[in-house]
Amino acid sequence: MKITIKDVEHVAGLARLRFKDDELEAMTAQLNGILDSFDKLQTVDTTGIEPSTHAVDVNNAFRDDEVRPSLAPTAALANAPEAEQGCFKVPRIIEV
Amino acid sequence: MARELYSLTIHELSALLQARTVSAAEALESVISRIEAVDGRVHAYISPTFDVARSQAQAADQRIARGDAGPLTGVPLAIKDILCTEGIRTTCGSRILENFVPPYDATVIGKLKASGAVFTGKTSMDEFAMGSSNETAYFGAVHNPWDLDRVPGGSSGGSAAAVAADECIAALGTDTGGSIRQPASLCGVVGLKPTYGRVSRFGLIAFASSLDQVGPITKDVEDAAMLLSCISGHDPKDSTSIKHEAPDYTRALKKDVKGLRLGIPKEYFIEGLEPQVEKAVREAIDLLKSQGAEIVPVSLPHTEYAVAVYYLIAPAEACSNLARYDGVKYGYRCSQPGNLREMYEQSRSEGFGPEVKRRIMLGTYALSAGYYDAYYKKASQVRTLIRRDFMEAFKTCDLIVTPTAPAPAFKLGEKLSDPLSMYLSDIFTIPTNLAGLPGISLPCGFSEGGLPIGLQIIGNLFAEEQVLHCAYCYEQSTQWHHRKPSLA
Repeated sequence: MKITIKDVEHVAGLARLRFKDDELEAMTAQLNGILDSFDKLQTVDTTGIEPSTHAVDVNNAFRDDEVRPSLAPTAALANAPEAEQGCFKVPRIIEV
Repeated sequence: MARELYSLTIHELSALLQARTVSAAEALESVISRIEAVDGRVHAYISPTFDVARSQAQAADQRIARGDAGPLTGVPLAIKDILCTEGIRTTCGSRILENFVPPYDATVIGKLKASGAVFTGKTSMDEFAMGSSNETAYFGAVHNPWDLDRVPGGSSGGSAAAVAADECIAALGTDTGGSIRQPASLCGVVGLKPTYGRVSRFGLIAFASSLDQVGPITKDVEDAAMLLSCISGHDPKDSTSIKHEAPDYTRALKKDVKGLRLGIPKEYFIEGLEPQVEKAVREAIDLLKSQGAEIVPVSLPHTEYAVAVYYLIAPAEACSNLARYDGVKYGYRCSQPGNLREMYEQSRSEGFGPEVKRRIMLGTYALSAGYYDAYYKKASQVRTLIRRDFMEAFKTCDLIVTPTAPAPAFKLGEKLSDPLSMYLSDIFTIPTNLAGLPGISLPCGFSEGGLPIGLQIIGNLFAEEQVLHCAYCYEQSTQWHHRKPSLA
């Protein structure tokens, strides 16, 4: 067992996910099974090996910093679950 | 008997359209009637777009009449529902994007529109492209046209099934760990994953950004070359797209493999590979040899670690990419959240399906404090070794030839409750994504039960022309690509 139910609850919080008790148990068992099968990675000697973040080496792609057309506010807000006065609306964040 | 228009390839239909033997409107109506006849059994489409298609076909006919047509003008194509289409719902196979209507087109969609192509609809897929069977799709599983009790593969299962069932002339898919090639293999069609950076990812809903690529799923190799020629090229909107000229890939389709060195990696002919698949692939290699190709044994020693590397790196990238689904700007929001955190957690928990949650959890864990070095960093280092294996192999060969999938299509439900056995379906396709290489799958035989078997040809970075050349040579000496499912 690599991870406990408590670990899974902690990771779920980080990922902003919620699980019911039976889902937590199933998730813990599945993650342990998957991670156990990945143990063989630890047997590979990677001393001095650079990690790859991309398959094809690309440098920063620069462009001129100039004004270009962008989405109209109505288009940008069209998919919002809730919008008001040209803004995305969310539950109250600051207690008064 | 004249063939139905829906059964044609791009190059066949294009020739008829240019000669004005048939109109784009006629071709479209033929495809629509086919969709209406068979999609109730196949379920390849999430959102058919027949109204849009009819006006596109009309515009295509006007272009053809003006003498202003290109090779894709008037050709009905299906689009995987992961590519943003302005004004057309794009769900990514997920409840969380069930009502999302993009305000812009993906770059590849813009290119196809400019070419005058016609869009028959958005095809089904595993949720957020996470799956190898199309069963994690929120809108329901796709059925394999060769055996309706079996999966079409995934995640581009809808596109591959639509091509196999003649519900479109060709389609676009995307491939992160095999999601074009594996379903192409299981559905008996051609699927090409280009080199990473060859095709723009702008407007492709992100799963794992260092692995995702868009590519064609088609009825033959010539069509793959035609579609790739249209969609590839540098895009200033995708900082990882490569500034290489995009050639006309159809020029690479020569019928001679003499002197071509084909590497056969022993690590791809292992226990777990079904004997029928091995037999078909070895016969394909023998055929290429008899045509003058040189067969070279090669070794890719880190192959056995590829699945573990992939299922750490891809979820790590995914958990970051999918953090954007928070119920604020677009997508599903739960009802009556008490506060902001509850809104995030409840919206995501109700909006994502089980496989997506599993991968978000796996990725978040692999990146979390205390585990980063053991999992994410280690996987990224082994990824370097996998890349080096290929670079070493390509010193002695031009292309690498392998099976695409270890077995033909499996039964619906067979692997759904066992994530690990599902992950192993991608064992032969994952390494090319990790190394960024182009790969194609094309039909090379059938199992005793009549299920298609796929041959994979992998090239060096930006060697799509060689890949297509070899695939074309093989295809033109065989008849597999002419077989059609009976859909009984």
